[in-house]
Amino acid sequence: MIELTDVHKSFGENEVLKGITASVQKGEVVCIVGPSGSGKSTILRCINGLESYDRGEISVEGLKVDRDAPSIVQVRTQVSMVFQRFNLFPHRTVLENVVEGPLYVKKEPRAQAFERGRALLAQVGLAEKANEHPPQLSGGQQQRVAIARALAMQPKAILFDEPTSALDPELVGDVLGVMRKLADDGMTMVVVTHEMGFAREVADRVLFIDGGVIVEQGPAKSVLNQPQHARTQDFLRRVLHPL
Amino acid sequence: MKGFWHDAAEFFPILMSGVVLTIVVTIGSLLLSTVLGLVWAMMRVSGIRVLSLLSASLINVIRGIPIIVLLFYLYFVMPDLGVTLSALQAAILGLGIAYSAYQAENFRAGIEAIDKGQIEAAQSIGMGWWLTMRRVVLPQAVRIVLPPYGNVMIMMLKDSSQASTITVAELALQGKLIASSTFKNTNVFTMVALMYLTMSIPLILLVRHFEKRAGKK
Repeated sequence: MIELTDVHKSFGENEVLKGITASVQKGEVVCIVGPSGSGKSTILRCINGLESYDRGEISVEGLKVDRDAPSIVQVRTQVSMVFQRFNLFPHRTVLENVVEGPLYVKKEPRAQAFERGRALLAQVGLAEKANEHPPQLSGGQQQRVAIARALAMQPKAILFDEPTSALDPELVGDVLGVMRKLADDGMTMVVVTHEMGFAREVADRVLFIDGGVIVEQGPAKSVLNQPQHARTQDFLRRVLHPL
Repeated sequence: MKGFWHDAAEFFPILMSGVVLTIVVTIGSLLLSTVLGLVWAMMRVSGIRVLSLLSASLINVIRGIPIIVLLFYLYFVMPDLGVTLSALQAAILGLGIAYSAYQAENFRAGIEAIDKGQIEAAQSIGMGWWLTMRRVVLPQAVRIVLPPYGNVMIMMLKDSSQASTITVAELALQGKLIASSTFKNTNVFTMVALMYLTMSIPLILLVRHFEKRAGKK
């Protein structure tokens, strides 16, 4: 469903992606793990066209991702994104945040969009917050609204960019719970995360990235429990046993 | 003091006719400067190099010319080019153009102050440039822009007196005419000053309200 072929990306002199080749199948949950600055988030941003890439090719359902082409709107309505810092629209209510895309991008009828919006808020456990504004919500609640906003576009896949990194530890569970439910329902997901427990339990596959290349990939349990590459072993040891 | 109140009663109706024109010039040029300023600002942040350069050049040219020269140009030079404007039209156009440069910089600063993540979130749900501006950026930028916008309103109210140089009989010119024919300079110009102050005070309070609201966000 999502194909990356020899993708290269540089920021000035700094090459952050050095030939990434990977694919994500329909219904698959792929977690991308690795140290900070390894290029994990850049991969997601390139898939969604928020960043351009210099070489190689990315396609979604056979449609080439080119952020300067009109077709990028089609890509973005098929692949939603959830950000580390939520990026909800603070001047709109929670429900308005959720229906913004369906109403103004997909031109859904108003009544239908709002009805679906309310149902999605109920799905993420926030039906009673529909008329509040994002700053009135906790970080975890805001991230669940962001997930509802992504789902409102009825995407074929969702990209999660470190969705729990900006949350207080006690709020992480709520967000991961919603994500687990999505995975159980068969949503295609690409998740950049440092939550190794989530990756181990929910992901079908894990990609370990370092220095802009995929160092190791495979079934989640095998990569996370019996990593083959020394760099992966070192990273997991530092993450799982920081002391 | 008795003389002042006597003169005030006598000159008030004439000065009020000047107040009406002052308000017309101020509101007319405020609206024009807002529309033009928004256009320049949108060109500047459009990401299209040609438009951005054109807007930056226009803003610099407008800022580099004194308002009074702009007014003279529109009122005295344009007829030589076959375009004749009434004094009021030239005043509104001149002040509107002159202030559009400051409005544009104010709007641009407001737009650029919006968190980049907001734009990315809008893009990620398929919004194009214009929809992102209309639904996400501009509504948030308004809150940032309002306090300086209120200051521009006060400055425009006072600068509307420059229209007197091209014969618009607004408050300052009416005062000057009365003073030169009655030689009651002190009383007349005190009244003129008080009338400007009376119009400015609500605007000053409005700016304070905007600032408080912006501070709360």
